[in-house]
Amino acid sequence: MATSQTDTTTNTGRDLQKQLLQNWYSALSHANEKGEKVAYLFISGNIMELLKVFDFHVVFPEVNALQCGIKRTAGDMILKAEDLGYSSDVCGYVKNDIGLVASDMTGPFGKMAKPDLLVCTYSGCNTYIKWFEALAAHFHCPLYMFDVPFSRGPETRTADIRYMMDELKELIALCEKITGRKYDEDKLKALLRCSREAEDLWVDILHSAKRQPSPFDAFFEAVFFMAPIYVMRGSRECVDYYRAVKDEIAGRVEAHTGPVPEERFRVVMEGPPPWPHFRTFWELFKTWGVVCVASSYSKVGGIWDFGYRHDPERPLESLAEYSLECYTNYNLARRVDMLDSYLHDYHADALVIHSVKSCRAFSMGQADMREVFIHERNVPTLFIESDLADPRYFSKAQLKNRIDAFFESLEHQRIVGAQTVAH
Amino acid sequence: MIEKQTAMKFDERIAWCKEQIEDPTLPTLREFKSRNGSRSPIVGNFPVWAPQEIVHAAGALPVTIAGGGSNLEIDHADSRVQSFVCSLSRSTLELGMRGYLEPVDAMVFTSICDVARNLGGVFKRNFPGIQTFYLHCPQNVASPAAVDYFATELRRFRRAMEDFIGDGITDAAIARSVGIFNEHRAALADLYALRREHPETISATESYLLLRASQMMPREEHTKILRATLAELEARPARRRDNIRIVIEGAFCEQPPWELLESIEEAGCYIVDDDFLLGSRWYDAPVQLGEDPIRSLAEAYVRQSVSSSVRHYGGRPRVDDFTHKIKANRVDGVIFCAAKFCEPALYDYVLLKSVADQMGIPYLAFEFEEKMGVFESVRTQVETFVESILLFAD
Repeated sequence: MATSQTDTTTNTGRDLQKQLLQNWYSALSHANEKGEKVAYLFISGNIMELLKVFDFHVVFPEVNALQCGIKRTAGDMILKAEDLGYSSDVCGYVKNDIGLVASDMTGPFGKMAKPDLLVCTYSGCNTYIKWFEALAAHFHCPLYMFDVPFSRGPETRTADIRYMMDELKELIALCEKITGRKYDEDKLKALLRCSREAEDLWVDILHSAKRQPSPFDAFFEAVFFMAPIYVMRGSRECVDYYRAVKDEIAGRVEAHTGPVPEERFRVVMEGPPPWPHFRTFWELFKTWGVVCVASSYSKVGGIWDFGYRHDPERPLESLAEYSLECYTNYNLARRVDMLDSYLHDYHADALVIHSVKSCRAFSMGQADMREVFIHERNVPTLFIESDLADPRYFSKAQLKNRIDAFFESLEHQRIVGAQTVAH
Repeated sequence: MIEKQTAMKFDERIAWCKEQIEDPTLPTLREFKSRNGSRSPIVGNFPVWAPQEIVHAAGALPVTIAGGGSNLEIDHADSRVQSFVCSLSRSTLELGMRGYLEPVDAMVFTSICDVARNLGGVFKRNFPGIQTFYLHCPQNVASPAAVDYFATELRRFRRAMEDFIGDGITDAAIARSVGIFNEHRAALADLYALRREHPETISATESYLLLRASQMMPREEHTKILRATLAELEARPARRRDNIRIVIEGAFCEQPPWELLESIEEAGCYIVDDDFLLGSRWYDAPVQLGEDPIRSLAEAYVRQSVSSSVRHYGGRPRVDDFTHKIKANRVDGVIFCAAKFCEPALYDYVLLKSVADQMGIPYLAFEFEEKMGVFESVRTQVETFVESILLFAD
């Protein structure tokens, strides 16, 4: 969702998504003055197709926060929020957003539109609730709390979906009231058909990392590639984008290029990236010829690689299913299973857990996951800590030590293993 | 057991409560277990709230497991819980890892925060001997669909409890338990009313110790203790001091060391209201029983829950309830006292302090941890706070 050089010979996907996001932001900057309606929502489990039926512009405060992170303005924004009373220990994304509000809604992306509606798509975390409660108090606009029950097993699914569909109907009535437009189910179906097309292409791209060597990095590149499917699903340009990326990947396969000159280690990455130090963080892995072949963070806005698709024939039900099945709404056992299947299906050598302070929805329990992978599944696991938003929690020297030591030891095991086989 | 505590004199009873909460090996629960054995399983819940009435109706003992307090050394849980997560989750896990939860047969976690949610998962994996239940409490309480949803969730919990005890739970049993819990909440409400009207009669520290003990014993027995205490307090000699009246906000989940409250009181405050163990006083009126007691509980949760940081306010903004709390308690100041790393409390602090600002009510904010050992700096801060208010009043 921003720029930084890679060792790949091609950058089509990165450049195109940058252009798409620029267009998206620029449309937003004039929305208020044109009287066009704006809805804020969250990435996890977002039901943007429904809002698009009513021609809402959609804004994702998390995307704003990560833009500030990667463009290095998050530190100042966070300090502004702390001046207002926010603790140094609460989520940096929230503080970044409060800082943006306190900065006359102006960030590195330009002027941010104010909301006419806040939709808290609850699946991600409780912090979402507190975040939008704070925005509702500031903007005095309606807040719809789309409650998405946490995953508790297959036996609760029917009741959860029923509850969520009732909620979606309430939300539809609210959107009709705010925009003065009638709900048009055919329009929703058309949007969902587009979503589905993009989802098919995205899954093909993700699966391409099963190749050895992998033509793309399913964490460091995927976090850019994922932007359009999270913020502009349902549009033609989103589908076109994934077709272009798929072509780019095919081109790389043909030309035998990839994210690193020589792939030496294949890892699965769990947890979000440290946006303010993204490039430095990537370099620490690249040095070792590490390619992430699968990641959980690239699934925060939707998990399609196990078969789920938006279904135009069951529009509301499939929106509910989508929200219910996002990664941070998985319980720990399901998260472990998903990572385990990635380790296996993508022929990975190790698991890297990047634990961030800001997001306890992600990080609480990760230390226990490490225990599972090391002791029960016998998977080499690296556990490192920093933050996704707050530049103060990134210690390059410490991270470098841990990362170097880990891959040195993996390399050593590999040499010893090869010798044992040779004898 | 109960005869002993009701017969005790007030000071003796408070000292007994203190002993119970200071011993991280959970002596009350061990004693309960050795007396009752498997006839009465113990079902613990992590704060803030759980449908304890249903646990009670199953013939099990519902208890709140709120960490290990200040006397529990953390030797094992650090490997499972990062340094930026609250002490409460760490020490509750430590209790399990040390085997202190041995008398506890099951644990219930609810959707109060991201940490609690995932702690449930950690418990499930680490303690196969403890049955772990997870309940998703509705956040969209303004939705007409919320009651149906939650009734379904509570029925699922009832079935899980039935499987757990190997017997059915009748509607009549649930209705009876709701009545018992209503009586307990009424007794607590009387205790809090007494503190509000006659704060010199019982200190907040004493009231807190009594409250903490309630979560470790049969609720009907605790009601008797509370009633005996209230009767005794009528005759307790008391002298009103020139203290300021304050409320404490933010300590609804992790529980502060009692010494912290003592320091605040000694610095010149009457703590006339607080949110300690908020789940024990969860409803703003008695739960009304209809034909289906499960539905009645769901309705109470959706419509009658007290304002808190762990349940979205729905159509009743949290700031309005806080304004009311300040007015009803006629307070001179607010002490925001959030547990370190407690995100729900730390976010709400910013909203609520602006209410205090608008009302012209002074406030003081500091964070606590259950294992904090030094209270001098808090005491100095509160003394300064009290002085500034008294000075301003003059």
